[in-house]
Amino acid sequence: MEISMENPIKENMVLDSVIDPTLKKIPKIEAKKIKVWYDGFNAIKGIDMTIKPNTVTAFIGPSGCGKSTFLRLFNRMNDYVDGFSMEGKIKINGSNIYKKNVNVEELRKEVGMVFQKPNPFPKSIFDNVAYGLRIQGITDKKFIQERVVSSLQQVGLWEEVKDDLKKSGLALSGGQQQRLCIARTLAVEPSIILMDEPTSALDPISTAKIEELIFQLKEKYTIIIVTHNMQQAGRISDYTAFFYLGELIEYNKTKNIFTNPEKQQTENYITGRFG
Amino acid sequence: MANAIYQREIINQSGSKMLTLCKSQLEKAKVAFREHDSDLAEEVINTENRVNALDLKIEEDCEKFLALYNPVAIDLRFIMAVRKINFDLERIADHAYSISKYVVDLDEPIEPHLFEKLQFEKMYTTISTMFDHITTAYEEKDVKTARKVFKKDKILDQINRESFSIIEEEIRKDSKVIRQSLILFSVVKKLERVGDLMKNIAEEVIFYIDAEVLKHKRKK
Repeated sequence: MEISMENPIKENMVLDSVIDPTLKKIPKIEAKKIKVWYDGFNAIKGIDMTIKPNTVTAFIGPSGCGKSTFLRLFNRMNDYVDGFSMEGKIKINGSNIYKKNVNVEELRKEVGMVFQKPNPFPKSIFDNVAYGLRIQGITDKKFIQERVVSSLQQVGLWEEVKDDLKKSGLALSGGQQQRLCIARTLAVEPSIILMDEPTSALDPISTAKIEELIFQLKEKYTIIIVTHNMQQAGRISDYTAFFYLGELIEYNKTKNIFTNPEKQQTENYITGRFG
Repeated sequence: MANAIYQREIINQSGSKMLTLCKSQLEKAKVAFREHDSDLAEEVINTENRVNALDLKIEEDCEKFLALYNPVAIDLRFIMAVRKINFDLERIADHAYSISKYVVDLDEPIEPHLFEKLQFEKMYTTISTMFDHITTAYEEKDVKTARKVFKKDKILDQINRESFSIIEEEIRKDSKVIRQSLILFSVVKKLERVGDLMKNIAEEVIFYIDAEVLKHKRKK
């Protein structure tokens, strides 16, 4: 399966993996022998990882272990970092995303990202969600309207903002802003969503809403989340990867990691004995 | 997190204390029963309050640890195991209490030959060894020693199986020992049950250390 390069307006709204269940067995992401440097600093030291579609994978590890760097490789966010260089191959839907002819903008439609701090644009709620569609050149108002509504519905924000769509996105609460950012990501119909500590700036109620949302989104999307919250990783992810000093120490089903990890380093970290 | 390790250690020490206390209760109950020492039996009965208080304290500490520290991996297995071990130890202490009650209620001492016939001493020595194995396994995280408990339990099962016909025979021979024999038979049953509880505790210690679930798996 190739990365979809078509304009989403021509595409069926339902993802391929939902239509064809056999695609669920094909790895969504395959990373092989990944090494990353920032100038002389070796941030990732040779990591292999395969991620199945429609799963939630949590990346955990102490600060500076390389988990965010690894996450950002999947939509080439590191390309802009000074001194960045890498070795190895990353395939998404079977295609190498670091080949020269890959259109990075198209890649980012396929692989959306949500950041630690909610970052709505200083625009209306409607325009925030419609932003991605508009920069793709979509002008069909009815289509944009439908997509904005469905995206806001998916993140459970529609009932809260349906009468205030012209209000600035910045006027929402922190939790609402983060859900707005997720809606903005969903609007361009990615199949993978990367989340870099999406709830670290939110209160417990907003966090619970985002976690519930992640659980629901799993049906349609493949989600990778970086988190420092061990309980969150345990609650929402199917698989957990523990990184330490640029290496992947252990990658297994979340249940195994949190009940009986194979590596002593993993156990020491998740039980709070180091890191 | 240092506080979590400290709290865990408090629970660990309480677990050791519960082991020592319950072992002592059972040993005193044995001596009281064997020697028909009602003073010692009273002591066991009175100490039951301490057992119950420690049981509640461990329960409360475990609950607090689960709620406040969200343990995972070996810490989670430890807490789960301690709760079950505590529950089983408290039941062992209940058996010691019941045996002591018989001493208080029984007017005359049990005929010495009945103890011999039912291998009462052997049962108690076996239980005492099982307690020692469990204490070592728990305190030194020694799975090999924990496994020794399973073999010992078979000795208790064997004595228990044979006890019915022995008691039947003794009653036939001398109807005066009916009451004594029935009480002794009941104590043998209790001791066999204590063996099963010790086996459960050994399984929990193995689960805590090696994450291996033995419950319902081993051959009987």
